[in-house]
Amino acid sequence: MEQHILYTIAAILSVAIFTFLWRDNPFYKFAEHLVVGVSAGYFVVILVTTSLIPKLLDPAKRVLAGASTTLLDPLVVIPAILGLLLFTRFIPKYAWISRIPIAYILGVGSGAAIPLVLQTYVIQQIYPTMTLFQPGSFNGTGALVNNILILGAVLCGLAYFFFSARHEGVIGGMSKAGIWILMIGFGASFGYTVMSRISLLYGRVDFLVFEWAGPLVRLISG
Amino acid sequence: MAGTRGFQLERHLVFLLIFLAVLVPLFLPAPKTVRVTPEVKSVYDRIEGLQAGEIVMLPCEYDPSMAAEMSPMTMAVLRQCFRKDLRVLVTCLVSNGVSLVESELRQMAEEWGRKYGEDYVYLGYKPYPGIVIMAMGEDFRVPFPTDYYNTPLDEIPMMKGVKNYQNVALVLTINSTSGIDYWIIYGTGRYKFPLACASTAVMAPNYYNYLQSGQLFGLIGGLRGAAEYEQLVGHPGKAVKGMLVQSVSHILIVALILLGNVIFIVERRRRRS
Amino acid sequence: MQRELPRLITLVTGMFMAIQYFIPHKHSEQFYQTSLDWLIIVGIFSIVLGIASLVNLHVNKIQRRDAGTKYSYILLAGLLYMILSAILTGTDQQSFFMKGYIAVLNPITSTMFALLAFYIASAAFRAFRARSLIATILLVSAVVVMLGRVPAGEDLIPGIAKVSDWLLNVPNMAAKRAISIGLGLGGSATALKVVLGIEAPHLR
Repeated sequence: MEQHILYTIAAILSVAIFTFLWRDNPFYKFAEHLVVGVSAGYFVVILVTTSLIPKLLDPAKRVLAGASTTLLDPLVVIPAILGLLLFTRFIPKYAWISRIPIAYILGVGSGAAIPLVLQTYVIQQIYPTMTLFQPGSFNGTGALVNNILILGAVLCGLAYFFFSARHEGVIGGMSKAGIWILMIGFGASFGYTVMSRISLLYGRVDFLVFEWAGPLVRLISG
Repeated sequence: MAGTRGFQLERHLVFLLIFLAVLVPLFLPAPKTVRVTPEVKSVYDRIEGLQAGEIVMLPCEYDPSMAAEMSPMTMAVLRQCFRKDLRVLVTCLVSNGVSLVESELRQMAEEWGRKYGEDYVYLGYKPYPGIVIMAMGEDFRVPFPTDYYNTPLDEIPMMKGVKNYQNVALVLTINSTSGIDYWIIYGTGRYKFPLACASTAVMAPNYYNYLQSGQLFGLIGGLRGAAEYEQLVGHPGKAVKGMLVQSVSHILIVALILLGNVIFIVERRRRRS
Repeated sequence: MQRELPRLITLVTGMFMAIQYFIPHKHSEQFYQTSLDWLIIVGIFSIVLGIASLVNLHVNKIQRRDAGTKYSYILLAGLLYMILSAILTGTDQQSFFMKGYIAVLNPITSTMFALLAFYIASAAFRAFRARSLIATILLVSAVVVMLGRVPAGEDLIPGIAKVSDWLLNVPNMAAKRAISIGLGLGGSATALKVVLGIEAPHLR
């Protein structure tokens, strides 16, 4: 019974969102603002229970109880202070202090990214393109033709993004072919996007018909 | 004004057609078979080749907004893992999906009689997925000193001797966010473990280059990929059923595109003449 | 000081993280682990800040009695319900917290994304035109993938499944590879500029 009530509320709110297809209206706005608030509240609770307690409060409790076994527990005060400094942005006179923790976040994130992005997105993508013609890496004429097409298409695609030279002559021709290749990629992405969106609608309609309406009708008809 | 009203009518007619294209096939029989693609089969075969007791890591990074596509994948993979007596380590680095993933994991564990702490562990959520992925590469205990239920990892039987990615057989990220890129860059890019991804259909075409380069050993894309996996696992469910919906809807949309282009060509010829 | 200190912090931490990748020494690994650990903790505060900003925005709206104030009340009521229900009834499956998740958050977020199916169909009908060669290539590619990836399309048009597979594994793969290489070069250049202080988005 409780599940029926919850699912009925869910169904009503789903229909409220669907009313946006007709036009923007108070039911839609109500559901939209409700979910933003509920989502934020949910996030706060999850953050506290899964992150704040184990990463901050538990080490602090261990230090205060003298039960800490590592140097890392008392050192947790450093990121805690950095985190608290973020809130100085609400005080105009001291707002510049909030740049310090942001600088730390940017520094660690950007520094870690430099070698890894180059390796993953560039080197590990160029290498398999060049090794397509190694003996044993292809099986038959069809595969060889495909590998030639891949190499050509990658070079043409890169030529399109090379803006330091005029797109004339050979570069111009390659760039034109590159944009055709990119359009094939975008077309494939569009086709898959349609599939994805339809799946999401299917999920909702399936819920409304088989998980809400069906059992409700069975419950009412006994 | 009449033009605007005409536009609205046309728009609402298209909406109605799409709704019917999704609703009506729900009451018709699902397709009997779905053609399996090599990229999905390679994930299935890799898991099938593992020995009982090995650990599979499943970062399930999606929330209810994408559950229609992602949940069937999760359920099918969990079914295979539990059937093969593999142990499963799950995280959810998307805040809104934490409870959803937990309920799916518990549902499948109950179905297969699996015990928490011995057969599966749920680590839960931490912010900044890229950083968490890097930290897990050193030691799972760095970002996750405790599991989702606040039990220290060192007190969980399954986590004894399990330090980082080197102690899991493979990682299959079931992911509806750009977190797949983080797994490729900060995960397998740095720590070199076998990685596959199950993504939404929107993102699937973006990962074929990583499949070809070997950075991913498999790719399950969208509801279609989920349907293929359900078929491989031998338990057709919502994804297989959804293939008829996909078929009808896609044919309708292609027909609408062609109709739109026919109207466009006719109008253009009329204007020219 | 207000600009130099953040720049210096970004430079030092950024250079350390970039160089650490090449130094497998145990002290280097320990510093690396600690940096990541601290970043997760700072991240927790940054998220709390985001939520505090959201609450601040809507409280100000209510105080100013702006248009749409009633919706701000609803938002804050939803937020308070989830926090109070977690405190009072816990977060297990039977709690009011989870009931809020099942009855409100789950269906509304799912339905918002489900709306996109209608809009993509409407957009495809109204705007997807073969006006030029490039648009035609995009259209044909989309149609082939849409039909080649569903059982009915595979049955109706023999061979379309193979064409769709080829399209995804050859030209699409090559296109995404070119984009990936471009992104990698651009991304690492931007990261280097941030570390060296040439670009400082946090100082604007």
